[in-house]
Amino acid sequence: MSAPIIHMENIKKHYGNVIALNGVTFDVRAGECHCLLGDNGAGKSTFIKTMSGVHKPTEGSITFEGKPLSFNSPRDAMEAGIATVFQDLAMIPLMSVTRNFFMGREPTKGRGLFKRFDIETANEITMTEMRKMGINLRGPDQAVGTLSGGERQTVAIARAVYFGAKVLILDEPTSALGVRQTANVLSTINRVRSQGIGVVFISHNVRHAMAVGDRFTVLNRGQTLGTATRGEINAAQLQDMMAGGQEMAELEGSLGGTI
Amino acid sequence: MSQDTLARADERVKSESVVTKLMKRPELGAIGGVVLVTLFFMVTADRTMFTLSGIMNFMTPAAQLGILGIAAAMLMIGGEFDLSIGSMVAFAGMIFGVFVVNVGMPLVIAIPLTLGIAAALGATNGMVVLRTGLPSFIVTLAGLFILRGAALVGLKLFTGGSTQLRGIREAVEGDFLAPIFSGDAFGFMMRWLAEAGIVDSFKSGVPKVPGIPVEIIWFVIFAAIATYILLRTPIGNWIFATGGDALAAENSGVPVRRVKISLFMLTAMAAALVAIITVIDAGSTDARRGFMKEFEAIIAAVIGGCLLTGGYGSAVGAFFGAIIFGMVTIGLTYTRFDQDWFQVFLGAMLLLAVIFNNVIRRRVTGER
Repeated sequence: MSAPIIHMENIKKHYGNVIALNGVTFDVRAGECHCLLGDNGAGKSTFIKTMSGVHKPTEGSITFEGKPLSFNSPRDAMEAGIATVFQDLAMIPLMSVTRNFFMGREPTKGRGLFKRFDIETANEITMTEMRKMGINLRGPDQAVGTLSGGERQTVAIARAVYFGAKVLILDEPTSALGVRQTANVLSTINRVRSQGIGVVFISHNVRHAMAVGDRFTVLNRGQTLGTATRGEINAAQLQDMMAGGQEMAELEGSLGGTI
Repeated sequence: MSQDTLARADERVKSESVVTKLMKRPELGAIGGVVLVTLFFMVTADRTMFTLSGIMNFMTPAAQLGILGIAAAMLMIGGEFDLSIGSMVAFAGMIFGVFVVNVGMPLVIAIPLTLGIAAALGATNGMVVLRTGLPSFIVTLAGLFILRGAALVGLKLFTGGSTQLRGIREAVEGDFLAPIFSGDAFGFMMRWLAEAGIVDSFKSGVPKVPGIPVEIIWFVIFAAIATYILLRTPIGNWIFATGGDALAAENSGVPVRRVKISLFMLTAMAAALVAIITVIDAGSTDARRGFMKEFEAIIAAVIGGCLLTGGYGSAVGAFFGAIIFGMVTIGLTYTRFDQDWFQVFLGAMLLLAVIFNNVIRRRVTGER
């Protein structure tokens, strides 16, 4: 198997006397979907924020494409090719899809005083990229506010991919979506992975993770409980690890195995 | 799911008519307003209102307000307010007057200096807003009082106790920059049109309208440039993004702080420009100059389709909003109505515009 694009070794993060992460090891290879699973409060958010340059780890090393690296800001991480699609998506509902797509990175034409936003090219690229992701827009001037949650998610993913992401971190992309929209986002992940991008899929929904994941890492109480490859582990075992074993087994018994 | 089914057009989306598309433009309300107000005065006002000289009559105050209104609109789209622009007109008028009368500077130095000082004060407003994270409404409300007071104190200081500084017209007379900032432009064109019998002229052959007041030219050029920047440049996209959601914009690499500070500088400079034009025109400046203009400018911007929450609006809208303003202010004198209906009319326009804008925003964002 190929070498990992990014490798995070024994990451620790302390906030004062609170230990948010206590030794997390995680890596992503090109063209795989690595699922990071964990219950609420397991440290998923802290971990991806470390990965995307928002936080600096207290301890531990980050290796990016074979070289040791330390990000000072989300901008650094973005420039290196680590794109994060956060739950709030960084989209502006009142603005058109095109304007959102190119926000902060507008293509221009002309020079000097006449350097202007090349809106025709931008519209064309947006329509093409969105069509590639399986979304037909009414027009490039359609406001993002009129899109469904799944479609917005897809715009955010398409934007990251278009701007050359090597690693795409998706923070619970399916948590607020309906059945059909979830299926659309999962198939988008599949499409992105086949382009050779490493996808980090954060979720607490084991079924969604099992649908697209190649490898699964479970985070519990700020520590990795281990990484399993597809086929080595089943949904029930993952569920168990996430919940920390014992208590969940008891709960599940009383609920008749419905969770 | 196959690619084919995904690529098929969504059968639940009806195709949009041209009317619906137009309905989504932010300036639609203001254009509709201009039509309504025009119809109203066509019926009620004296015929002379819509002759060329009548139009110049209401376009002059419209232009003076419009320059402020367009800048206020851009700042509002960027998500902030500036309540200090009216006082800035008085303050900039005062320092400009002092520069040309007391110091005796030529316009080529006095004008850039006045604009520069205004820009610095605007940047200070922006910096305080960004540093403290307080609403710009409150920060610039403080500016409203500080600048108004400073204008008053400054005038008394430099005139030896008077609240009016005179002698500005004499001081700038003959300055080569004066025609750009005062009087009428295109006089030759008017004379030519009068000779050809296209515009009205007095018996002596002098056209009744000697030219286009310079503020109208500034107003139109400013509206055109502002619209171009908003709709066709990356900076325009940054302004919309900053006002729409500053955090999202920041995360996407938009220089939010720089955008906001530049917009505060722009509104302050627009106020200084209006001050320079009106002060030269009047030949004097006083502490009441620009009184209440901050509210009128914001009203023009709101009538023009700007949302109070930012991220949406247009410069063209503010352009028409200001014209509505000018028409109503001056237009009432052509009718038999009491001129003091003006404020009632204004409040009603504002309320209507805000309600209308709310509906439009729901349409655009598809909220239900």
